[in-house]
Amino acid sequence: MLAMFFWAFVIGGLICVVGQLMMDLGHLTPGHTLSILVSIGAVAAGFDLYEPLIDFAGAGATIPITSFGNALVAGAMQEAEKHGVVGVLTGMFEVTSSGISAAIVFGFIGALFFKPKG
Amino acid sequence: MADNEKKMLTPVQQEYQALQKQVEVKRPVLRNCVNAFLVGGLICAIGQAVQYFFIFFFDFTEQTAGNPTAGTMIFIAMILTGAGVYDRIAQFAGAGSAVPLTGFGNAVISAAIEHRTEGFVLGVGGNMFKLAGSVILFGVFSAFIVATIKTLLTQWGGL
Amino acid sequence: MLKGHQTWEFDRKPVILATGTVGGPFEANGELAEDFDLLHEDLWIGQESYEKAHRLLFEEACQKAMEKGGLRKEQVQFILGGDLINQITPTSLACRTLGAPYIGLFGACSTSMEGLALGAMIMNGRGADYLLTGASSHNAAVEKQFRYPTEYGGQKPPTSQWTVTGAGAALLAGEGDGPRVTSATIGRVIDMGLSDPFNMGGAMAPAAVETIESHLRDRGIDASYYDLIVTGDLGEIGHTVSLRLFEKHGTPIQENQYKDCGMMIYRKGQPVFSGASGPGCSAVVVYGHLLNRMKRGELKRLLVVATGALLSPLTYQQGESIPCIAHAVSIEMVKERGS
Repeated sequence: MLAMFFWAFVIGGLICVVGQLMMDLGHLTPGHTLSILVSIGAVAAGFDLYEPLIDFAGAGATIPITSFGNALVAGAMQEAEKHGVVGVLTGMFEVTSSGISAAIVFGFIGALFFKPKG
Repeated sequence: MADNEKKMLTPVQQEYQALQKQVEVKRPVLRNCVNAFLVGGLICAIGQAVQYFFIFFFDFTEQTAGNPTAGTMIFIAMILTGAGVYDRIAQFAGAGSAVPLTGFGNAVISAAIEHRTEGFVLGVGGNMFKLAGSVILFGVFSAFIVATIKTLLTQWGGL
Repeated sequence: MLKGHQTWEFDRKPVILATGTVGGPFEANGELAEDFDLLHEDLWIGQESYEKAHRLLFEEACQKAMEKGGLRKEQVQFILGGDLINQITPTSLACRTLGAPYIGLFGACSTSMEGLALGAMIMNGRGADYLLTGASSHNAAVEKQFRYPTEYGGQKPPTSQWTVTGAGAALLAGEGDGPRVTSATIGRVIDMGLSDPFNMGGAMAPAAVETIESHLRDRGIDASYYDLIVTGDLGEIGHTVSLRLFEKHGTPIQENQYKDCGMMIYRKGQPVFSGASGPGCSAVVVYGHLLNRMKRGELKRLLVVATGALLSPLTYQQGESIPCIAHAVSIEMVKERGS
């Protein structure tokens, strides 16, 4: 279990370093950086590379935004196995719904209770 | 691309840009990377702890614990964003706080809070995904392409 | 009157009768806190939006200037002002309250001197007895429009600048005691093809240099004529680049007589990166700190060169480079009035 914490820290940190290099050396905005990372996650999922990384690093692979791309593919593939190409669309958000719903719900709650501090 | 842009510039502009480059304070790339590694790693380690929490105290398995973990991390991001702390952390951490899910939460929540003065429908509703929308777009679109290709290959290619 | 290509020399030499400067909490912790007439502890100034707070800043600066000049609202014949927010609404709405005939200006961060130059021109042509000119900016309102939501965690590079929360207004009169506006040089738009919105100073420096050199050439004077030449908001990077440009062009200008408002307003250690920026920056520093120094006799001849980056989030996203401008106004302590 301690090893899991260690690898979560290291792998998660390294993915962030990749993002930092894209912003600092590539002069990309955070929006561009995250969009590219999420696409990389999806492509990695296509080659079945992301699930092994999750088994290895746990939250180190599921917390960075790359896992969002992976989870979208995973959801789509789950349904696609049952329903073919149609399943790609119906299953897309199956796995990731919690992240997006949480962001929407908490975003709205945040807007109700907080003011920007500047 | 950079060379292409250079060609559009007049010699005077090129000369000035070269001079400006000498003076411009460089981004402290190494320090930024170290900070991003430490903070990003720490956020992931916290995520790991949250995940174990859900496995040990609730009926979640390794596979399903990811969902409540994502929700919890975004909740933490909301509290930190609302308290005006997340942007301070981010100035130090850079991608270390932007790349994890909490950064996605921060993008949604900061936009929602910011546009509250323009009303809940047009302000909050209309601007919530101003920053995070591109992540969803490119995530979904690339996942669609990847999953479609894969499905077609499995069905017809007999993979 | 018109001197050289782009400079006006004012025969009547309008007087800056009084000024009003208002700042926010970040400015209150800064180097020049004592030179403000009014400082707010709260970024919201008790308003329900940053834009409303922004509006109040300008209103208060104008009211302070009138109060110190001993004028009633009705005596002010024109107001010239502007800010950075879309369609300069904070200034326009403030002028709805102030009630005087109003000319809205947009020159980004150069608005302060654009207003002073035009105001002096109106005074010089006997177009008014009294008029107000000023500029303002509000950090959070500007960040929201030009960059990201204020609570968004985006890392700012060391080249970025901190928008001043503040407003400065000057009351111009034909007669009276005080520093006088002697000439103004209107700058042209200069674009060196830079497009990084987090490096305004580097983009604006050539515009400042061009305007200063035109001013000196048009008036037929040397930089040593001025006790101080001060730029609006070049920040450390823009300041250094502009010094290099002067050197390259062979314009003699001493480092100790060439300063930048953006490097004066905050204390070392405040997280402002390269320096301050915003229309409020040059307005509060000139109308507060620098005019106070003139009144104390520390400065006799001052040249203010307010620099502005004329971009919008739209032009940046469409891949345009940043067009920049600078306007110079000379303010001098002179006893006698010209013909």
